[in-house]
Amino acid sequence: MDVQLLTILIVAATFILYIGVAIWARAGSTSEFYVAGGGVPPLLNGMATAADWMSAASFLSMAGLISFMGYQGTQYLLGWTGGYVLLALLLAPYLRKFGKFTIPDFIGERYYSQTARLVALICALFVSFTYVVGQMKGVGVAFSRFLEVDFTTGIIIGAGIVFFYAVLGGMKGITYTQVAQYCVLIFAYLVPAIFISVLMVDNPIPQLGLGGKLEDGTYLLDKLDQVSRDLGFAEYTTSHKGKVDLFFVTAALMFGTAGLPHVIVRFFTVPKVRDARLSAGYALIFIAILYTTAPAIAGFARTNLLDTVNDKSYSEMPAWFSKWENTGLLKFEDKNGDGKIQYYNDQNLEFVTSVAGPKGWEGSELNVDADIIVLANPEIAKLPDWVVALVVAGGLAAALSTAAGLLLVIATSISHDLLKKWLKPNITEKNELRAARGTIAVAVVIAAYFGINPPGFVAQVVAWAFGLAAASFFPAIVLGIFYKRMNKEGAIAGMLTGLIFTGVYIIYFKYGAGTPGQYLFGISPEGIGTLGMLLNFAVSLSVCKYTAAPPENVQRLVEDIRIPAGAGGASDH
Amino acid sequence: MVAKEQGKRSQAILKYKIMSKKKLEEYWQKNLKLLTKLLVVWFVVSYGCAILFVDVLNKIQIGGYKLGFWFAQQGAIYVFVIIIFIYVRQMNKLDEEYGVSEE
Repeated sequence: MDVQLLTILIVAATFILYIGVAIWARAGSTSEFYVAGGGVPPLLNGMATAADWMSAASFLSMAGLISFMGYQGTQYLLGWTGGYVLLALLLAPYLRKFGKFTIPDFIGERYYSQTARLVALICALFVSFTYVVGQMKGVGVAFSRFLEVDFTTGIIIGAGIVFFYAVLGGMKGITYTQVAQYCVLIFAYLVPAIFISVLMVDNPIPQLGLGGKLEDGTYLLDKLDQVSRDLGFAEYTTSHKGKVDLFFVTAALMFGTAGLPHVIVRFFTVPKVRDARLSAGYALIFIAILYTTAPAIAGFARTNLLDTVNDKSYSEMPAWFSKWENTGLLKFEDKNGDGKIQYYNDQNLEFVTSVAGPKGWEGSELNVDADIIVLANPEIAKLPDWVVALVVAGGLAAALSTAAGLLLVIATSISHDLLKKWLKPNITEKNELRAARGTIAVAVVIAAYFGINPPGFVAQVVAWAFGLAAASFFPAIVLGIFYKRMNKEGAIAGMLTGLIFTGVYIIYFKYGAGTPGQYLFGISPEGIGTLGMLLNFAVSLSVCKYTAAPPENVQRLVEDIRIPAGAGGASDH
Repeated sequence: MVAKEQGKRSQAILKYKIMSKKKLEEYWQKNLKLLTKLLVVWFVVSYGCAILFVDVLNKIQIGGYKLGFWFAQQGAIYVFVIIIFIYVRQMNKLDEEYGVSEE
């Protein structure tokens, strides 16, 4: 059986599994639709959270990025895991005790203000929307690359599947489907990693394998540093750029994670406060399994790549090389016409004049797309075809699970925060549920449309989503829980400051005239959310100091959420 | 549902009022103390070991790993997991001790 057919079969089998789970777990009430009735066991919720969290980017692109960035790739590894500590310690248990459905709900009630609710609502929608469009694009890419269906058709198939189980099952359907998707994606990620680790360093645990010895007795990482230096690249394992930006980007990703609406909402779905804490722990374990494997894949792949291609003759390249050339992810251009591949750092002027020039190298001849690292891994390691098929199914699972979680946040924001809490407070539960299903349907269609015709701002999704979440939500929620005296004037002023500052900075440097030389303290737009957050805290606290304390009942609410006892099921209002 | 929910809440509030306010304050202070300790560890392993002091730690090599690099791409993540589980354990104990856990 050829790879193509095998891939179609495995992908189809996983889709049938997801649909089956969705039919079994369909939602009957708004509470089930929004937060799975608050009845998901913590272990399963941890798994679902992990699948929700790990997007197409985590699965397909992250290892590749680290592979090219080396130590600097740390910002993703720590940034996208460390936020769970903040969630477990500072947010999840209290928000679970609060017991409503959304972040705008919390902001609106804690700050007794419809304006605050609206600001939070707009942020939540914007963040979720930029994020979901990226996922849809990921689905399209996976389909078009492997199943040789057209990009648009791929997105339509993917959107159809999400449509089916999100509309039918709401959070309940999504959660249980995500559990299945987690299993598929983690299996698909680990199998090639383990094979390669055994192959290269004879250790079945990739996390240990990265620190292992190669056949010739040298440590893999030492060799990698050595080869990198020899080709004019920076050492793989050491820091070679300023620390300020790394610090700020890592922090923006961490605090942003803790403020992302589709992550926070997961902790409304467990039965108890103690489950919310535990669930964050489980989620991080499940995420850590992938996130500690990724650097191993990155290191192995980098070593493999440099070993295989450099200064070797083009005609001797293995079969996978030409296959990936066809996809355009790998490009070779024989600049000096010697029939060999020279891959080195041609931006390093000193290296170019002292080493490359005398050898007759006329520029780096290979262009490698970061995504290839995970995708081509099974082939580079000569693994069986079913592993290749599995990786495709895993990538799709990662994209679909994240898309579904985001779409639900969008639908909830509109049907619950906008309709029920703002425009039509008297709406019946039945009609609210109908509205929720309707909005999710519309959201899927819009997301699919933008997946096919992506607007320009989507490419910067990381800077936007995390920066805004860190600069707007995180301080407002944390102060709402830990500072009883915090009032609405402070919170609104803080959120707006964080939002506007971060937004303007990103727009100026990403779309405007800004150049990296003008970065404030050397902070890139990806990291500016951290500064926005600090400003938010400062403004919130100062404004609060000169305005009236919040009313008595709000202060009692704060006292109440600080104590686990008495958390009911997520309320239906 | 509204009445039921409010009933539940006021019942719970009543329960705390019976517990002395001082005790609840004590519970909260202990929680904050635990939080602070764990967040210091969180900060030290991630921003300290993995970023600010990575060059110093990289001088130490354990197996094939430079220590700073290991913290950055492996170790800090393990510590994050441990921090959460310590918090879960300690808070469950604290909840029991002050009688505020959910039955």
